[in-house]
Amino acid sequence: MEVAKYSRGQGADLKALRDKKLKGQLSVKEKLYGQSAKAAAKAEKWLMPNDGVLGPYNIGYTSNGRYMLVGGQKGHLAMMDMLHMDLMKEFEVRETVRDVTFLHNEQFYAVAQKKYPYIYNRHGTEIHCLKEHGKALKLQFLSKQFLLASINSFGQLHYQDVSTGEMVANYRTGLGRTDVMRANPYNAVIGLGHAGGKVTMWKPTSVKPLVTMLCHHGPVTAVAFDRGGNLMATAGVDRKIKIWDLRKYEVVHSYPARAQSLDFSQKGLLACSNGSQVEIYKDFGGHDYKLYMKHKIMKGYQVGKVLFRPYEDILGIVHSMGFSSILVPGSGEPNFDTFVDNPMETTKQKREKEVHALLDKLPPETIMLNPNMIATVRAPKKKEKKTKEIEEEMEDAIEAAKNIERKKKTKGRSKPSKRAKKKEEDVFKAKRPFLEQSDKIDGRPDKKQRIGEEVELPKALQRFAKKPQS
Amino acid sequence: MRVKVISRSTDEFTRERSQDLQKVFRNYDPALRSQEKAVEYTRALNAAKLEKIFAKPFVGAMNGHIDAVSCMAKNPNHLKAIFSSSMDGDIRLWDIAARKTVCQFPGHQGAVRGLTTSTDGDLLVSCGVDCTVRLWKVPMLKMVDTSDRTGDNSQPSAVYTWKHAFWGADHQWDGNLFATVGAQVDIWDPDRSEPINSFEWGKDTVLSVRFDPGDCNILITSGSDRSLTLYDLRMSSPARKLIMKTRCNSVCWNPREPMNFTAANEDTNCYSFDARRLDEAKIVHKGHVSAVMDIDYSPTGREFVTGSYDRTVRIFNYLGDHSREIYHTKRMQRVFCVKYTYDGTYLVSGSDDTNLRLWKSKASEQLGVLLPRERKKQEYQDALKERYKHLPEVKRIVRHRHLPKPIYKAANLRRTMIEAESRKEERRRKHSAPGSMAVQPFRKRRIIKEVE
Repeated sequence: MEVAKYSRGQGADLKALRDKKLKGQLSVKEKLYGQSAKAAAKAEKWLMPNDGVLGPYNIGYTSNGRYMLVGGQKGHLAMMDMLHMDLMKEFEVRETVRDVTFLHNEQFYAVAQKKYPYIYNRHGTEIHCLKEHGKALKLQFLSKQFLLASINSFGQLHYQDVSTGEMVANYRTGLGRTDVMRANPYNAVIGLGHAGGKVTMWKPTSVKPLVTMLCHHGPVTAVAFDRGGNLMATAGVDRKIKIWDLRKYEVVHSYPARAQSLDFSQKGLLACSNGSQVEIYKDFGGHDYKLYMKHKIMKGYQVGKVLFRPYEDILGIVHSMGFSSILVPGSGEPNFDTFVDNPMETTKQKREKEVHALLDKLPPETIMLNPNMIATVRAPKKKEKKTKEIEEEMEDAIEAAKNIERKKKTKGRSKPSKRAKKKEEDVFKAKRPFLEQSDKIDGRPDKKQRIGEEVELPKALQRFAKKPQS
Repeated sequence: MRVKVISRSTDEFTRERSQDLQKVFRNYDPALRSQEKAVEYTRALNAAKLEKIFAKPFVGAMNGHIDAVSCMAKNPNHLKAIFSSSMDGDIRLWDIAARKTVCQFPGHQGAVRGLTTSTDGDLLVSCGVDCTVRLWKVPMLKMVDTSDRTGDNSQPSAVYTWKHAFWGADHQWDGNLFATVGAQVDIWDPDRSEPINSFEWGKDTVLSVRFDPGDCNILITSGSDRSLTLYDLRMSSPARKLIMKTRCNSVCWNPREPMNFTAANEDTNCYSFDARRLDEAKIVHKGHVSAVMDIDYSPTGREFVTGSYDRTVRIFNYLGDHSREIYHTKRMQRVFCVKYTYDGTYLVSGSDDTNLRLWKSKASEQLGVLLPRERKKQEYQDALKERYKHLPEVKRIVRHRHLPKPIYKAANLRRTMIEAESRKEERRRKHSAPGSMAVQPFRKRRIIKEVE
């Protein structure tokens, strides 16, 4: 509360006055000034803060590129219809907003606010408060599975099914706090960039990440995935932007540049935001990415997030003065398919699409690195027949085991049944290495990770090694 | 410099008037669609589940008879009509659409064992255990007249008495002769009061007869001496005989492949044979747990229906060794006869509990006229199920059928017994000299010999 603003300067100095009557009257008036200044200051909190800058914005587009959602850091949310340039809904939430994303269409959107993410209606009514997610830093929506994924300040990854409301998975990444999260549109895998330079890829049905790659020498600042599923771009504090091939997990290109945010367009153009400029790289045949366009905004202003608008040649840029969009020829898909995404949808078409999407909702188990593996035939196990030599060796070992001289125990402890049992155990022990050998012959990996079998201990420590069973 | 940027005007992409169709634009690029296979698999799973939700095969029951239904007859010229006869001599003509009796033909003094219609639909032939063959003029036109529906009685146009009880009858497809069987096979001309020809091979009763739809002179009979006999009318004696280990209750020719026929056997299996090669069955159709009483082919020739003593009706694919569908009801007792209607959509079963039951041949089919979009959707879902039917989740749902407890238990018992037998056979073979035990395929196992 800023009372000084309303007090219009300092109060009169009444000590210098000799006139007691005047002094009395003026002191009453000063008191009134003080009270009215306080009251005015109290009323101020009912007014919208008009700093001119409502914090850096986060933006999100629907999958057909028609609606855009902006959420400012200071809590200003607005949804716009970009086709007719209509402001659909604008309101304040009066707390920090860290990320915004649309759900399956413009009817619902999720906002990561100060303590928890909330889900709002297109009218701006708060529908759900997702307490389980905690303090979410980034949100991503997987549209085919209807899963809302969030990463929170403790480094926990949550997956929640927004159609049934069930929390599908919640994993501790174990790599600390990170706010770099991106969903791969090709296979719905979530990629996280960590402070150690690692990029991990997650799916909702496994506790451990699918892939862990060491990408940079310092923290990763941005990650982006290409729609085709083959390329990933990462940027780090080490002033490098690397483009990776996701099949071989190798670097295709490396640029000495900084990037605050990265985004791939539908046609494969890569936008990087860097200080007060935006650079756009294009693939001129054969994954050969070269600089295509550069856009500078007014000096002094920093560019935050960049996001391509689907099905249009437009790149949305968030900077410290607000939001602007630039034309990038060749970045959007010119021919849309009515049954996939229709930028000019009617209400009926939208309703039908929602119903069909719900009917075709994929279970979370279908998320995998290679989505084409479903319904393929597993290669048959090649069982190598035990060679005769191994069989002979096994038989010899069994014979030897049967003929071992066993000590005869006295005092009634050598019962025939016990002796027979001991003999059987010895035979089984003799057979065991041969059986283990045959297990290893299968192509499948050994489920139990036997550590320490091939570790060569230094000489000084060999006395502590577990001796193999004689 | 001209720079090309996407600019779409809404006029091009939206319709002008509300009575126009919506504009549809396609781009088949797979890059626009992610995880296609997973989506298709989910759709196949949903299609399998929906099929089970909509599976309501029982349409209705036709009641009127007061004794078990012994046999039925149908005619290709009249889709709505079916004749049925019962064990007390009552013959009725039913209108399947209304499920009511149109006309009754009283006269027989005992069970009617054989019922058949002539190819042009005017004549109905019935024969029974009272040693008579009765010919009736069928008032087919009466079906059109809805007001005159009450069971009207007709008089037979001819009654022929013969020496022995009859067990079955069938009419030639292309001619006007019909055959009846009992102690021997008799060929009749409808104008003559005595059979024009008789065949006999052995002294045993002949139980059922069927004329070959492809060649009007060939017919096959099954006898109580466990045999299947082929006759050619142009020859003076029977042509071929096949002796099996158990008796065949009924035989039916495949209307689309007239050299093949399927026989419904007492040992709960159906055997499909090629009439030119009787030494080996083409396919053995297993599934029933008790004797198979009757068999009929669909007009498409691609599937057939069997009714069995174990109170179920099963539908088999003509090449399938296991049934594709099984129908049962608590109220349906021993099924004595089954017939596929001539449009291939329905099947009629006549059973011990004096009712005829009407079933759909495809349990989840939507009857009536389908809109083109509905039809396309159905075809797509059928194609999805076909493509993914080998995957465990989808297979489990598609295969699942609820069986009545006695049949489930009987089937398990049979399976245990058969597995035990085959395991013992395998062990015997393993422990005997190689080649001393002949491997006999199941298709041959139940055949004893073929006699010329």
